[in-house]
Amino acid sequence: MSVNFLISQAKNIQIVIDENAAEIEALDQNIGDGDHIFNVQRGLKLVVELEKDIKNLPLQKGLNMIAMKVLSGIGGSSGALFGTFFMSMAKTPDLDGNIDFNKACEMVITGINAMKERGKADVGEKTMMDVLIPVSEKLNELKSGNTDMNEGLSEIIKIAEDRMLATKDMLATKGRASFLGERAKGHIDPGARSSQLIIDTICKSLLNK
Amino acid sequence: MKKFINNVDDFLKESLNGFGKAHSDIIKVNFEPNFISRKTKTKEGKVSLISGGGSGHEPMHGGFVGHGMLDAACPGFVFSAPTPDQMQAAAEHVDSGAGVLFIVKNYSGDIMNFQMGAEMYSGKNDSIITNDDVAVEDSTFTTGRRGVAATVLVEKIVGSLAENRGSLEECKKLGEKVNKNSGTMGVAFTSCTVPAAGKPTFDIGNDEMEFGVGIHGEPGRKREKIQPSKTIVNNMLEAILDDLKPQKNDKTLLFINGMGGTPLTELYLVYDDACEILKSKGIEITRSLVGNYCTSLEMQGASITLLKCDEEILKNWDAPVHTAAMRWGM
Repeated sequence: MSVNFLISQAKNIQIVIDENAAEIEALDQNIGDGDHIFNVQRGLKLVVELEKDIKNLPLQKGLNMIAMKVLSGIGGSSGALFGTFFMSMAKTPDLDGNIDFNKACEMVITGINAMKERGKADVGEKTMMDVLIPVSEKLNELKSGNTDMNEGLSEIIKIAEDRMLATKDMLATKGRASFLGERAKGHIDPGARSSQLIIDTICKSLLNK
Repeated sequence: MKKFINNVDDFLKESLNGFGKAHSDIIKVNFEPNFISRKTKTKEGKVSLISGGGSGHEPMHGGFVGHGMLDAACPGFVFSAPTPDQMQAAAEHVDSGAGVLFIVKNYSGDIMNFQMGAEMYSGKNDSIITNDDVAVEDSTFTTGRRGVAATVLVEKIVGSLAENRGSLEECKKLGEKVNKNSGTMGVAFTSCTVPAAGKPTFDIGNDEMEFGVGIHGEPGRKREKIQPSKTIVNNMLEAILDDLKPQKNDKTLLFINGMGGTPLTELYLVYDDACEILKSKGIEITRSLVGNYCTSLEMQGASITLLKCDEEILKNWDAPVHTAAMRWGM
């Protein structure tokens, strides 16, 4: 993992999110207020625009700059949560050397744990954490085991999709949708959908490499 | 979408520019990070009150910056919580050393961003969270009730105490008391359109209303056929009274808040209905507020807030205030 890797991922994700923007917006209008997709799009644009300022920076510095950009430029729950993600990733120890797969897993796990803490949400509450926490748990398994990387990535793609779909039948207890009671049932959580798309894009770009 | 817009991306900036120019006698708009502060410096020994939230609820919160109310307000994008650097910059700008009290509406995005802002600010600070919306069930396991129109009352009443040199602790205590003694219920007849979205947040039939709507056009508890005002107001008040349980002869403040698209003519009609219903239950209305204070862009609808008042609350409500949206006694 390097700053350039992060930027190129952000560019890939931007394309996928734009392609699915209408769907995510519609999901949010069903159970939220419709701001999620704009926040995600704004954040991705800001990160992509950072390229020239950070492309030659060491990873930790680059991550911190991304974190501050995301934190100050997005707003809403997404800004706080994604900002926390990058800020905590940057705090993973020993980022100076080569970042191998295991180290990258450790960084992502650290970031997701911090999001969980900040949002005080766990699995089953119909939020993006329903996708992110199981993915983090799988990464933890992969990091310490001997699973083939391609196999592991395919499993993560599957987990993210299953968990995203599972939010459909949940009652929301956290976030904007929690105010709806029973009426939130039957709709996929927009944050879970955008998170799943992000994970799907990253994993697919790494498959067979 | 029909709105006064030049370019969607400049919407907030241009609106804030206008706000700054229109009220240059009492406030100043600061950009990057965005916050609205009083024109004058906070007097020594006075606790600073800072609130904020997504834009689109004007005059909340920028319209409440000034003598007797807030020291600063942090506006986010339309319906999106402001960012931690805004709160940090606002706190550094206004704190005179007596500390900062953040007033936050109970929405996940606001809570998280204000929390991070408070962590980033090195000075003494504390927060109160408003959650007056009785449409949503309260529970410690969930996000809980929304913070809506009673936030206006909290900001006015605590603002007066802060002006009179109440300590950070006393201000927080009074704010929590006002919040606890308030209940709000909202109804919407139409949706609102977020400029970036360009289309209405929700579909609603010509003869329908959303009972228990939030201040972002997020759905309420049920969709119903529209009824005569008396019936709607009665249902709204019932939900509030069930929750607040005022005693006979309790003194109250009755606040009819417009959502942005309903004319004052109708809001006063709602006030009349509410007065009659409360009178029949022996509840005394000692103070009133009617107008568009906590809006949802151009949504048609209204919320009713009832605040149980004691002497301390009444004294601080009556105290002088001079802001863009509220002015009396000076």
